[in-house]
Amino acid sequence: MGALVSLVAVAVLALLAFVAVASDDLRLVFGAVIPGVAFAVFLVGILARVIRWARAPVPFRIPTTAGQQKSLPWVKNSELDNPSGTLGVVGRMFLEVLFFRSLFRNTRVELITDREKVNYIGTKYLWAAAMAFHWSMLIVVFRHFRFFVEPVPQAVEIVQYLDGFFQVGVPVIYATSVLLILSLGYLLLRRLADAKVKYISLPTDYFALYLLLAIAISGFLMRHLEKVDIVNVKAAIAGWASFQLVVPEGVGALYFIHVFLVSVLLVYFPFSKLLHAPGVFLSPTRNLANNNRAKRHINPWNPPIIGHTYAEWEEEFHDKLVASGYVLDKE
Amino acid sequence: MYDAGKIIVGLVVFFVLATSPLWFNALTEKGPEAPKLVYPTNGSTECVETKDYMIPNHMDLLNLWRDDVVRKAKRDYVSSSNGKIFDMSLSRTCMDCHSNKAEFCDACHTYMAVTPYCWDCHVEPKGAN
Repeated sequence: MGALVSLVAVAVLALLAFVAVASDDLRLVFGAVIPGVAFAVFLVGILARVIRWARAPVPFRIPTTAGQQKSLPWVKNSELDNPSGTLGVVGRMFLEVLFFRSLFRNTRVELITDREKVNYIGTKYLWAAAMAFHWSMLIVVFRHFRFFVEPVPQAVEIVQYLDGFFQVGVPVIYATSVLLILSLGYLLLRRLADAKVKYISLPTDYFALYLLLAIAISGFLMRHLEKVDIVNVKAAIAGWASFQLVVPEGVGALYFIHVFLVSVLLVYFPFSKLLHAPGVFLSPTRNLANNNRAKRHINPWNPPIIGHTYAEWEEEFHDKLVASGYVLDKE
Repeated sequence: MYDAGKIIVGLVVFFVLATSPLWFNALTEKGPEAPKLVYPTNGSTECVETKDYMIPNHMDLLNLWRDDVVRKAKRDYVSSSNGKIFDMSLSRTCMDCHSNKAEFCDACHTYMAVTPYCWDCHVEPKGAN
């Protein structure tokens, strides 16, 4: 059900852009105004969200991570899984952000009914597809730099050269274009094929996948099948990046669908599960050294403790204590 | 805000990266405008196919020509726009009119950071460099 709702939502959005192209006024709205607004929402949305997260106090390090905590010198500790200092944290974050280490170690439980046995198996396909998707996405976004800036930095050309190393077709089919679509396809099928995963999947899970898939496919079609005049496209997009409101000429509906869906993605980003991108940097089980026992961490929302020392107590009841013959510390 | 130092550094990095095209364009002297092409000066007014087809699809045509010539020894191309027959040759047919590679091919290719491998095999026309 969720899968269908999301599919219809993405289809309606694409159709909206498709219909809008017919009118010249709406071309300007869909081809220049909406992308600009979407980018602003994306920027402000992410900044606001991260600042909101940063206001939450983190009183304690979370010690329940995999790996032995540093304790006595003869107990071998795991510096990467349960770091005691900054260096270990940097290592753990590096592996988490760039290589999804916790996902790599993810297991799922499977019940083998006829043998009455429980199996814990790795989910390496999920990890591989996630890696393929995220890295491809990064490279694809980076490659799009050529539309935004003039002159194009050499780094973009190097990435393009390596990405199109096999020189399949003209224009060259990039490895990451194919990987992006295949990995998204796998991630989508995974949700649909397994009844257990399907049961826990929400419309928002599918929406992000359909949206990204639609963006990737429309981009691929525009590059390889229904080609557009990319010189005009660049003149317009580099124009946006120089604060001009322009719409390219000589481009079909596919271009507007692509651009509109990217705008939707940008607006959707700061309000959805896609926020795991900045969120991964703020994961308390990843970015905090486990030094609970080595250092004192004071809970920031504790009320101030108003003490009453013995000296103060003696002071308060001074006369009564003296009258009763009590021996005071003071004297 | 807790850990404000680290988080603000992270946010600044994000902001700079996300808006990098804006300041990149602001800092470079070249404008975002498309290059002006030099059109044929030899009196020819007709291309192999229409201009609207050629601009986005010329690479497909060249690829087709290459395959036909190299693999099938076929040299005649019948234009689908005007029915005329053309010799399938980059250096003779195309470059006959578009003789200046630097001002014609390279103008857009450099602008779009496209590096076609035509010239891995073909000899660049004289005066291109």
